[in-house]
Amino acid sequence: MLRKFLDRIKPNFQKGGKLHFLHSTFDAFETFLHVPNKVTTTGAHIRDSFDSKRAMSIVVIALIPALLFGMWNVGYQHFLSHGVTADFWQIFFYGLWKVLPIIVVSYVTGLGIEFAVAQIRGHEVNEGFLVTGMLIPLLCPPDVPLWMVATATAFAVIIGKEVFGGTGMNVWNPALIARAFLFFAYPSQMSGDNVWVSKGADAYSGATPLAQLGAGNIDITSAQDMFIGLIPGSIGETSKIAILLGAIILLWTGVASFRIMLSVVIGGLSMGWLLNLVGGENVFMHIPAYQHLLMGGFMFGAVFMATDPVTASQTGTGKWIYGFLIGVIAVLIRVFNPAYPEGMMLSILLMNTFAPLIDHYVINANKKRRLKRAKNALQQTI
Amino acid sequence: MEDKKQPLFSPTNLKLLTKPLGKNNPITVQVLGICSALAVTVKLEPAFVMAVSVTIVVALSNLFISLLRTTIPPRIRMIVQLMIVAFLVIIVDQILQAFVYDISKKLSIFVGLIITNCIVMGRLEAFAMANKPWQSFLDGLGNGAGYGVILLIVAFFRELIGSGTLWGYQVVPQEFYDAGYVNNGMFILPPMALIIVGVIIWIQRARNKELVEKN
Repeated sequence: MLRKFLDRIKPNFQKGGKLHFLHSTFDAFETFLHVPNKVTTTGAHIRDSFDSKRAMSIVVIALIPALLFGMWNVGYQHFLSHGVTADFWQIFFYGLWKVLPIIVVSYVTGLGIEFAVAQIRGHEVNEGFLVTGMLIPLLCPPDVPLWMVATATAFAVIIGKEVFGGTGMNVWNPALIARAFLFFAYPSQMSGDNVWVSKGADAYSGATPLAQLGAGNIDITSAQDMFIGLIPGSIGETSKIAILLGAIILLWTGVASFRIMLSVVIGGLSMGWLLNLVGGENVFMHIPAYQHLLMGGFMFGAVFMATDPVTASQTGTGKWIYGFLIGVIAVLIRVFNPAYPEGMMLSILLMNTFAPLIDHYVINANKKRRLKRAKNALQQTI
Repeated sequence: MEDKKQPLFSPTNLKLLTKPLGKNNPITVQVLGICSALAVTVKLEPAFVMAVSVTIVVALSNLFISLLRTTIPPRIRMIVQLMIVAFLVIIVDQILQAFVYDISKKLSIFVGLIITNCIVMGRLEAFAMANKPWQSFLDGLGNGAGYGVILLIVAFFRELIGSGTLWGYQVVPQEFYDAGYVNNGMFILPPMALIIVGVIIWIQRARNKELVEKN
């Protein structure tokens, strides 16, 4: 039925049709609803039409566990702070009511700009925003004002992406640009002890474990709570179980690179361990290295943000270097700069910047190696 | 052009004055003097003072160098240029400290750093060394004004969005804040000035296609 409807209105959007100027909008909806019926006519045939749209859909599916848990946790933290006991659905719907508007605002703003730009430039609407639009809400604290979400999304899409030529051309992860914009533009809404619990009771300290540590408080939440996710934090980042579920989906379908995920974790662990050895005044230096993985957005960043295929390194060796440095720098920032408790965001953005450079040197090294091998082979034959 | 007598404000001379405002803008087209554009544009007032100071220094140094251009030995011309620029910068700095001390403190080191502003040396080398005094003076005025215009545009947006004020006066009404509006702290940080300059360059080149570099 949907197909019929689309077929019926399609002539309007083709060349000469009266609504031709909207053809990229139409095209976007058509291919979103149905698999494109374009068939490769020349060259190698790859039957499975695995386009970026499907890859994006899988990432969105992988985000769903984190999203659902995030909604529940928003409600849970709210009722916990008031000391009220509520049943599961009450908790969940409170969170749903908080989180859903953020998602809607993020998608409406971002897609609106994407469609407008596509119309102006006369190319197809890119699907890149599907994932970004879901990531932005998950990176926000639950009480973030909606207009801030809209501003940050617009900034990320225009300055972070469209300026560079749209999806696939961006240097930095747009969702992280939005997060960084919020963090620097509206610090009082994005950090501190009072933003992480939705409408918390007055005297209740909703500091995240990271913030508590930063304040020199060693008696932090148990590792188990942090693993399950019963801690205050950004909507999507708290539950490591949900994030691991997402990671399994991403790895199983081959959408994300296991090299990056693994090397980020290795980088974080080794830096944490190294700092344990050094010791010092800073409480951060004494927590077991694995706790760095459980706190803040480390896991979320490692699984969903660092692996973004557009902004990460492309070469195999490059991915190891890229991921490892993300882990190292994230822990470094956390430990040594209490002003930026969430080092993960900054370290991923920083390594996004360096990803092309890493690739460049990896490729050059490979060229040199092969040239040398060819020369040796030549000498032996002579 | 060298020998013919021209009226003071002939079309060619006027062009020297107006071109740097648009097509040959020192910041957006020549991409000179970016550093101070990032540093002093948090508020309109210091940006304005900075723009005026730079204009005076560029115009006068252009004038003096042009007067001396035939007598300066080419091998030491940089040193002579620096001497004159330094002299002018010190005078401007002293005047600012004497009459607008508060702003002078806000601008702090950046007045002294006018000497390293690429626009000054750039115009001396590119224009004043090869042109007559009056033309050089106009060129200096034009470039200073072109620099100032960009500075004021950037400062306008940064002060309005970052602090909610213009020229120190509250512009965003209190009702907005009561309704949940918050000043954008990002606009107070230097990166945002760079982004605004980038957007200005973007708009200018979108409207004026001949400025787009071919690569």
